[in-house]
Amino acid sequence: MAGTGKAHLRDDQNVLLRVEDLVVEFPIGRTGLKVNAVSGISFDVLKGETLGIVGESGCGKSTTGRAIMQLPSPTSGSIMFDGTELTSLSGEAMREARTKIQMIFQDPISSLNPRRNVRDIVLEPLSIWNRGTKAEQLATVDKILEHVGIDPQRAAESKPHQFSGGQCQRISIARSLVLNPQMIICDEPVSALDVSVQAQVVNLLEDLKKEFELTLVFIAHDLAVVKNISDRIAVMYLGKICEVSSSDDLYRNPAHPYTEVLLSSIPVPDPTVAVKKVSVDGEPPSPVSPPAGCRFNPRCPNASDRCRSEEPTLREIEPGHFVACHHPLTGGEAPVTVRSN
Amino acid sequence: MNQSEMVRSEHEPLVETIDVKTHFKTPRGIARAVDGVSIQIRRGQSLGVVGESGSGKTVLSRSIMGLLPRNGVIREGSVRYQGQEIGNRSDKEMQSIWGREMAMIFQDPMTSLNPVMKVGKQISESLRKNLGMSATEALAVAEKLLHDVRIPEPARRLNQYPHELSGGMRQRVMIAIAMACGPNMLFADEPTTALDVTVQAQILELLSEQKRERNMSLLLVTHNLGVVAGYTDEIAVMYGGKVVEKAPTKTLFANTKMPYTEALLSSIPRLDQPSHSRLSTIPGRPPDIVHPPKGCRFAPRCAYVRDLCLNEEPELQQADSPDHTYRCFFPVGSPEYLERRVELTRKGELVASEGSN
Repeated sequence: MAGTGKAHLRDDQNVLLRVEDLVVEFPIGRTGLKVNAVSGISFDVLKGETLGIVGESGCGKSTTGRAIMQLPSPTSGSIMFDGTELTSLSGEAMREARTKIQMIFQDPISSLNPRRNVRDIVLEPLSIWNRGTKAEQLATVDKILEHVGIDPQRAAESKPHQFSGGQCQRISIARSLVLNPQMIICDEPVSALDVSVQAQVVNLLEDLKKEFELTLVFIAHDLAVVKNISDRIAVMYLGKICEVSSSDDLYRNPAHPYTEVLLSSIPVPDPTVAVKKVSVDGEPPSPVSPPAGCRFNPRCPNASDRCRSEEPTLREIEPGHFVACHHPLTGGEAPVTVRSN
Repeated sequence: MNQSEMVRSEHEPLVETIDVKTHFKTPRGIARAVDGVSIQIRRGQSLGVVGESGSGKTVLSRSIMGLLPRNGVIREGSVRYQGQEIGNRSDKEMQSIWGREMAMIFQDPMTSLNPVMKVGKQISESLRKNLGMSATEALAVAEKLLHDVRIPEPARRLNQYPHELSGGMRQRVMIAIAMACGPNMLFADEPTTALDVTVQAQILELLSEQKRERNMSLLLVTHNLGVVAGYTDEIAVMYGGKVVEKAPTKTLFANTKMPYTEALLSSIPRLDQPSHSRLSTIPGRPPDIVHPPKGCRFAPRCAYVRDLCLNEEPELQQADSPDHTYRCFFPVGSPEYLERRVELTRKGELVASEGSN
């Protein structure tokens, strides 16, 4: 078994998104080499749930988010959204499907067209899809702008550069909401913002989620923010999932050594707490030639010979808590599996 | 007398600013980016300068180092380095200070490095210019510097270009360049904001280690109070171009006086809170520095505001210890503060995380 397993997938009729064996590879020029951005991951998201995806730069978290939107289409794997297989849709059908899944990006200023006024930017999705009359469209836009805390009057007169970073992120959120999507993929939506503004945007997303009955996929590298907003968290490392769990459980009982590293790297805003020595050196290896066995083994303090040869699969160590590790911090050793070729 | 002089020089600050003002001429009027800041940094000490975007924290560090354009900038006040006035020096006179005495690392390591110059050459440039080393000598020192900042295979890295390195590695190269001529004072302007959390921890560790080993002073600029908590001796919180609270790090956290500092602290998402707990926020946005509000600059966003705050600007006051100062009429813990707090809790406007203190 080469993948990271599917034990954590749920058999629930409320599943809105189900991703199985997702692989995304990018060829490097004519060298014949390829970047293994995502190497066979599976996860699902229930209606109304928030799934957090965390990991370092280059772990494939953004690629995963974009692959759901078929931007670009994955190399292989299945993406079922609300009963439709997205990977087999034609271009036009996919265009239509994208109205139900929207995305918000990291840099709020560069994701808005600097030459247009803000109200037109938010209106554009509606005019592309001819939803209602012009007057109805404007009414929808103004209503949503008010929801996200932007004055519609000011939006009609101003361009993005006249707003602050936090406000631009609110505008991006408004734009993603006008088509009334079922799901929003947030790709590092608060990483570029000040802490005080970060909190405002996180609270806003929580409010909107309730009001518009949204399902969220929240991608970020800061586990503290992800923990606050998510119901369930998937920790990614070098194109694989290493741990899946409810967010409170993940913080209380991290099972994968990598999750523990991520948790201990977060600075504690308290000078009386001694700064924890960083328990991991270096940075993730190149995804062009990922290490054999467990991909975390070169940096893992607990790595054994088994970790260097056999890839761990996700298994349940307690209800709802899954880990792909031979020597997890909780839950005991992984059973030896018979490898079939 | 001789002895007392010696004692004084030991305690004399390495860098001192006295009422520094840096104002920019803009089409809308005068922008008061830094508006009367006095700070001292002693040798080997680290100072954290914390504030939101537009609080003037970056302009302050650039004002000290003299890295501001000459045109359209109004500079007032005094900047002293080892007791000497450097605020009025020309760029040419500053050349002897930049690199050798003071150095700076910036937020974005990609745009601060020259993309078409090999890493080794970029590090050896200042060694050759400032210390008159030969090319081979400088490259040997550069290799040692890369080793010091924990870059694996330093010899090979010398011949690489910045795009061949990861973000964390590039920031390490920036640190190596800044360290090259052994400065006494290092300015780090949001050095980890563009980096991953794991790499952030490594870089902060590296900075404080280098500071210790070289007995260097460090000024760490950031918007995240969590980042400076473990790595600084003293913190200055800036708001609207002014220092609104300054104290030794432990005192600042244990005995916060300024409601703004308290609000900044409680907006950091904490791991020990259950998920979906409401984060407390600071409503509104930082003040317009062209037309700053009358009275306390934080008053329009402050939950504890009273009429006095809107009309009169609070002076810098001393708290329980002489090294702790703040600018507030009704600081955290004052009767007026507590009274308002009870009202807010009753109205349910205080979120759980704040109310639990």
